[in-house]
Amino acid sequence: MNDPKYTGQDFKVVGTRVKRPDGLDKVTGRARYGADMSAPGQLVGLMLRSPHAHARIKKIDASKAEKLAGVKAVITSADLPDLTGGNSGLYDTLENCMARDRALYDGHAVAGVAAIDRTTAKKALKLIKVTYEKLPHVTDVDEALNDDAPIVQPRYAQEGRHGNLINKGEFGHGDIDKGFAEADVIVERSYKTGQTHQGYIEPHACLASVSPDGTGELWVTTQGHFAYRNNCAQLLGMDIAKLKVTSSEIGGGFGGKTHVWMEPIALALSRKANRPVKMVMSREEVFKASGPTCSTSMDIKIGAKKDGTIVAARAECRYMNGAFPGMWGTLGGMTAFACYNIANNQAIGVNVLCNRPKVAAYRAPSAPMMAFGVESTIDQLSKELGMDPVELRLKNVAREGTLAPYGPVWGPIGIEPTLEAVRDHPHMRAKLGKNQGRGVACGFWFNIGGQTCSDLNIGPDGTVNLTVGTVDVGGARASLGLIAAEELGIAYEDVRTNIGDTSSLGHNDTTEGSRGTFSSGMATIFAARKAIDVLKERAAMMWQIPAESVTWENGSAHAVGSEHGNLPPLTLKDIAKKAGNTGGPIAGHHEATADGAGVSFASHIVDVEVDPETGKTTILRYTVVQDAGKAIHPDYVEGQFQGAAAQGIGWALNEEYIYGEDGRLQNGAFLDYRMPVCSDLPSIDTKILEIPNPSHPYGIRGVGETSIVPPLGAIGNAVSNAVGVRMYEVPMSPPRILKALDGAEA
Amino acid sequence: MEVSLSGSVRDAVDGLASVEVEAETIRELLTRLIDRYPKLAHYPEEGIAVAIDGTIYRDSWETPIPKGSEVFLLPRIVGG
Amino acid sequence: MAGVHVTTTINNDPVEYVCPADESLLDVLRDNLGLTGVKEGCGTGDCGACSITLDGQLVCACLVLGAEAEGRAITTVEGMADGEKLHPLQEQFINNAALQCGICTPGFLIAAKALLDENPSPTETEIRYGLAGNLCRCTGYDKIVKAVQAAAKDLRKQNKKKK
Repeated sequence: MNDPKYTGQDFKVVGTRVKRPDGLDKVTGRARYGADMSAPGQLVGLMLRSPHAHARIKKIDASKAEKLAGVKAVITSADLPDLTGGNSGLYDTLENCMARDRALYDGHAVAGVAAIDRTTAKKALKLIKVTYEKLPHVTDVDEALNDDAPIVQPRYAQEGRHGNLINKGEFGHGDIDKGFAEADVIVERSYKTGQTHQGYIEPHACLASVSPDGTGELWVTTQGHFAYRNNCAQLLGMDIAKLKVTSSEIGGGFGGKTHVWMEPIALALSRKANRPVKMVMSREEVFKASGPTCSTSMDIKIGAKKDGTIVAARAECRYMNGAFPGMWGTLGGMTAFACYNIANNQAIGVNVLCNRPKVAAYRAPSAPMMAFGVESTIDQLSKELGMDPVELRLKNVAREGTLAPYGPVWGPIGIEPTLEAVRDHPHMRAKLGKNQGRGVACGFWFNIGGQTCSDLNIGPDGTVNLTVGTVDVGGARASLGLIAAEELGIAYEDVRTNIGDTSSLGHNDTTEGSRGTFSSGMATIFAARKAIDVLKERAAMMWQIPAESVTWENGSAHAVGSEHGNLPPLTLKDIAKKAGNTGGPIAGHHEATADGAGVSFASHIVDVEVDPETGKTTILRYTVVQDAGKAIHPDYVEGQFQGAAAQGIGWALNEEYIYGEDGRLQNGAFLDYRMPVCSDLPSIDTKILEIPNPSHPYGIRGVGETSIVPPLGAIGNAVSNAVGVRMYEVPMSPPRILKALDGAEA
Repeated sequence: MEVSLSGSVRDAVDGLASVEVEAETIRELLTRLIDRYPKLAHYPEEGIAVAIDGTIYRDSWETPIPKGSEVFLLPRIVGG
Repeated sequence: MAGVHVTTTINNDPVEYVCPADESLLDVLRDNLGLTGVKEGCGTGDCGACSITLDGQLVCACLVLGAEAEGRAITTVEGMADGEKLHPLQEQFINNAALQCGICTPGFLIAAKALLDENPSPTETEIRYGLAGNLCRCTGYDKIVKAVQAAAKDLRKQNKKKK
């Protein structure tokens, strides 16, 4: 009954392009995001942040600020006791939310104020006197490993390794040295990628309200309101059940809203002031003090035989984690060679600390960087071998039965189909002109499952409320409504999907790892099936026949068998109307861990034109081919492909954090942190492949992340084909391209 | 039953790529491994996953491990 | 500090408010008047999420002072629909899945309307450049452009009928 195995069924409504339930509110301005909620008596919360990349905090004198008329609370780390119980991850979160003995990066919060209005709050910040003792800083991932580099987190330093080197994750199998010895051609290169930000248009925002009895409410923009609740409650010593967190509509997350940044401080201010506190980050604060992705520095070596068989591949990539450790290197090591079947492969991801903000996940975290290096190197290898780059990839492609680099053996996967679709795509035959070039690259990302609950309630008129706990980041409510309608056999329009707050459902893991539709979809299917069991029982009661004689088809209960077969069917609406007399409200709910998530592969094609005078790269044409398992709502699957590709294009061409000698971020605004605008991009063509995930009843694979992985490599390859220079550093901004062109001429 | 270990998890078992252990469910497997290699103790809370015949399980510790399946211990994946 | 008394028109309604001299029109609309359809994405005029029209001209509300609205006519996304009849742009944004998270949508609707008011038959390039002042991080702009093209067609048809 709760068997998650893929059934291969035909669908009535799943796969159709319906209107999403939250669309109307979003086009009329009625939808409420993090900063759109207010409460009577609310205070404005603002943060004082370190102007130094690394400094000891000797003293904080907030007395003048506290005395200012209109200031209701001031918080420093002195107000935040360590309640983490030795959990180092939670302690990192505590220290990142507010500096304790040291400021660890430019923008690190050192104090918070809550005042009656913004003007007063700003005045109060100016009145807080912080005595800093500047310390040497390091912001570059390679410099952080120099002998004389300042140590960012002494408590993480270990015997026998550099104080800023947290750990190395090594993956792969076979005998690397033997493999390279057998190779006829070897390409060995080093690459770097700059730090980027998820760039969600909505800054972090929340409205916190804590009462003296220890209960509290938080309205917040987040990808995971349950995770936020748990973290905030733990950090503040509140009972988890007493903190009710409601997720607002979210204006973009991409991994950056899976982690608390200033929410615990807003709650602490509210508790101290005994009034609601609204806290909204400015764009500059978002850049400086939320969670951008890692910058990297890597070495890639790939060797092949003359016939194109890749016999050995090695990657070592140093991931800049910011001031607190994460598992970024591990994820890079796991994904580096995932698209290929290479007998001897080794991928090492290294985690390094720097005086930069705490890195958070960014759509397929850590994969795009390694893919840049691997896909660029494979292309160079294809040139040395005189082989077509798509054919070289196909020759070495991973298939069902291939040993994945991070251990398990692949089940049915989509990388070969996507490469074949690329090879056969008309885009590959479009003509190219002067200074124009084409590039191809592959990408991989896992999906995750996680804890999920869904609640399906049938109203007295037969319309259905579906309550789920996974925040809807991009339109999943439509897909989940389709799934409920499919299972029940009713019209999509009769289902209304909502995201429940933390007091309405059991724990739900965060919407990340492309798990939203996969996990809540699975929970919805089983919740609906339980509701159908109840509906059948009720029909049996209404007919006064045994329950075994009732089946459910096309949204109605049917009496079967020779004895009862001529009873006219009872629709869901008929049964719902009589629910009061047959046992009460009809519902189905499902709590589970949705394991068995599939993986999603993609191959991309890009045409570029490089202007040799300005170094500017224009994207002429872009095609995404990705495996979705089963596209519940094709419009939104395409949307994920296109959006992810656009982020990858920005990363490849223009986006990077620029730090000065003083360790301060120089471009914390959209003017100079240049994300793609409408005129920068062409239409992005998409092709959805469906190789069903055997561990989901509908075959669903999570699709949100994978397509940010190929663009860096694809564009690097296209630029190389356009103007004959190989780019080893991302972003391939105009100054870098011009430098490479100058170098080539010399 | 041979259990292979991936990447950073190997650090906790003195660098071994695989270990021999008997277990009928994921929960048993983790308990027995932690008994033998105490350095693995923090993993279940802070991040481990088990792959059985290619399917990755991050949470379902009651999942049975059929005889003859291929078992891998991996770091727990997060996404964005 | 003494506030500035402003009399203005918002979505064809007469509105009066008092605001500090240094308060932006964006903050006045959102915090003072409760019109939260307009969004702050950056506060520096770079993202277009706060797009409104001021006497028919497309502007970023974060770059206009509340005091500057005196005697002018403001349109926000809340004024685009005619009662329960959506503007063709709003309809086509929904039909074409031109929004994912939706935070940039109010700004895009206002900017697209300003574009089509001036140029009822834009080419794809004209649409892309006309909307270059609005950032979207979710969609890659593809479906937004298609929605604007579809709405432009609807509007041309509507206006033909009127004639």
